Amino acid sequence: MTTTAPAPTSTRPAAPGGARRPRRRTTGTLLTALTWILAIGFFFPVAWMAMTAFKQESQASSNPPTFFFEPTLDQFRAVVGESGTYVANSLIATGVSTVLVLLLGIPAAYALSIRPVEKVGDVLFFFISTKMLPVVAVIVPIYVIAGQLRVLDNIWTLVVLYTAMNLPIAVWMMRSFLQEVPAEVLEAASVDGAGLLRTMRSVLLPMVAPGIAATALICVIFAWNEFFFALNLTASQAATVPIFIVSTMTSEGLFLARLCAAALLASLPVIIAGWIAQKQLVRGLSMGAIK
Amino acid sequence: MTTLTTQAASARRAQELRAVRDEHTLSRAERWRRRGPLLPALLFTIAVTQIPFLVTIWYSLHSRNLLRPDSDLFVGFANYGDIVGDSTFRGAAVNSVVITLGCVLVAMVLGIVLALLLDRPFRGRGVARTLLITPFLIMPVASSVLWSMAMLNPTYGLLNWTIGLVGIDPVDWTSTYPIVAILMALVWQWTPFMMLLVLAGLQAQPKDVLEAASVDGAGPWRTFTWITMPHLRRYVELGVLLGIIYVVNTFDQIYLMTAGGPGTASANLPFYIYQRAFLGFDIGQAAAMGVVVVIATIFVAMAALRLIFRSFDVKERS
Repeated sequence: MTTTAPAPTSTRPAAPGGARRPRRRTTGTLLTALTWILAIGFFFPVAWMAMTAFKQESQASSNPPTFFFEPTLDQFRAVVGESGTYVANSLIATGVSTVLVLLLGIPAAYALSIRPVEKVGDVLFFFISTKMLPVVAVIVPIYVIAGQLRVLDNIWTLVVLYTAMNLPIAVWMMRSFLQEVPAEVLEAASVDGAGLLRTMRSVLLPMVAPGIAATALICVIFAWNEFFFALNLTASQAATVPIFIVSTMTSEGLFLARLCAAALLASLPVIIAGWIAQKQLVRGLSMGAIK
Repeated sequence: MTTLTTQAASARRAQELRAVRDEHTLSRAERWRRRGPLLPALLFTIAVTQIPFLVTIWYSLHSRNLLRPDSDLFVGFANYGDIVGDSTFRGAAVNSVVITLGCVLVAMVLGIVLALLLDRPFRGRGVARTLLITPFLIMPVASSVLWSMAMLNPTYGLLNWTIGLVGIDPVDWTSTYPIVAILMALVWQWTPFMMLLVLAGLQAQPKDVLEAASVDGAGPWRTFTWITMPHLRRYVELGVLLGIIYVVNTFDQIYLMTAGGPGTASANLPFYIYQRAFLGFDIGQAAAMGVVVVIATIFVAMAALRLIFRSFDVKERS
C-alpha cells in the first residue's frame, strides 16, 4: 500500500453530494484540493527546515523570512565534521540493541505462539506492562546504579536500556507474525523429519522475514530517536545524535541554519525508512494489532 | 504445530482450551523445553525494568540527596506526605492531563478528517499520504527545536511573520502560551499516527458490505454513519489509548521548547520529576513522585491493555 493502492473506494460514491453528476464532481475536486492543501501544510515545516539548512546564518534568522537565496552546503560541512563521535555512538546503540532485541525477542515470541508455554496471556501482559511503566519512575535508580557500577557515560549502558525498551514491542510484533504461519507447514516439516533448529532456520525464518524487518524498523526508529536516557546517562564519551542536535544551540551567535542542517541529517534515516515501509510502520506502532 | 486444529468458534476459547490441555498432558521436561526460548527475554526484562522500580520504592521511603550520598535516612511515607502538599506537583499533574488529552483528541479529530480525505481515490494519493506522515518521522528532538525556533520564535519565527501579514502583532508563543506551543508541536507530530491507524481501519472495511449498502440504495452519509463509524470505533479507541501511553511520557518537547517554564507553568510530571532528581538532586522526593505516577498510570494502562488484548483476540489462531 505504499503508493498506488488499487482504489477500494471506487464502488462507493465519491463524496457526499447531490445525485446529479456535475455537482458531485465539483465536490470531489474541492475535496481533493483540500487534501493537497492540508498535506502541503503538514509537510511545510519539514520543507522549511530543509530550506533553512541550505542558508547562511544571517538569512536563516532574518525578519521577514528569506525565501530566495543562494543555497550553500556550509552548514552540512560543519555538521558532518563535528558529529563523528555522536553518529558512531548512535550507530552502536541503535544497531547492537536492535540485534539483541531480535535475538532475545524472536525465541520468546516463538515460545508464546508456535509451541506455547503455559499462561501465555500473563507473560504477554507482563511484557506490555513494562512499556507502560513511565521512564521517569526508574531513571533515578538506574542513574545511581550505573554510577556505582562506573558505567555512566558508557555507550553499552544505553545498549542495555534500549534493548529493554524495545524488547516488549518486538515480542508482541513477532508473536503476531508467527501466528500467521499456517500450522500445516510446521507439521509437514516435522513429518519430514526436520528438527527444531532446522525447522526454525529453513521454514520459519524465511516465512516471517518481512515481520523481522518490520520489527527491526520500529526498534531502530525508537532507539535512534531516544533522548531521555541519553541526556541523563551520558556526558562527553557516549553522547548520541539527539544530544548533538541540542549541543548545536549555543548561547552566543546565530545557529538556526546549522541546527536545521543537524536536525535534517539526524531525521533523514528514519524519514527514508518510514517512507519506504509505511505499512510496516502502522503494524509496528500498534504493536501488531493492526495490519 | 502440535496443538488443537479444530476451528473453535471463539479464538480466546481455543487458546484457553489449549492451555488447559497443555497443563494436563505436557510432561515436566516438555514444559521446561518450551520455556527455554522465553526465559532469556523474560529474565532480562525483569532485571532491567523491575529491579530499578523496586529500588525506586525503596528510595521513596528515604530522605536522600545526590550531593550528600551519606545522608540516607529512613523517613517512612514523609516523601508521599510532601507530595500531597506540593502545589507544583499538582500543577504538573494537571499539565500532564491537559497536554496528553489535548494532543490525543485534537490529533485524533484531525487524523480522522485526513484519513477520510485520503480514502478517496485521486491522482497522487500516495504522494499526499507520504507528505502527511512525514512529521511523525522527524526525530522528536529535531521537531521540538524546529517548532520553538524556526516556527515560533518571536523575532524571526515563521508563524509570527504569517500572522503579521494579516495585521496581528508578534506573539512570544513559548513564554506567553507555553502549553499551546507544546501542543502545536505534539499535535503536528501525532496527527499522522492517528491518520495511519484510522486509514488502516477504513481500508479494512469489508467491501461486500459496502457494495450491499450501495445496492440497497444507501447514500454516502447513511453508509458512513451506519457502517463506517461503527467499524472505525475499534481503531479510534486503539489510537486514543496508544496515543495516551506514548504522549503521557512526553519529555523532549517540554525540555527543549519551554524547559517547563515560565516558572513551572508548562512542566508535566516527567519533566518535574526530572527537575527534582537531576537539578534538585532530591532522590527521595523524585522517587516518591515516580511511584505515584506509576500508580496513576496503572489505571489507564489496565483499560489500554484490555482493549489491546481484545484487538489481538480477533485474529487469534484457532
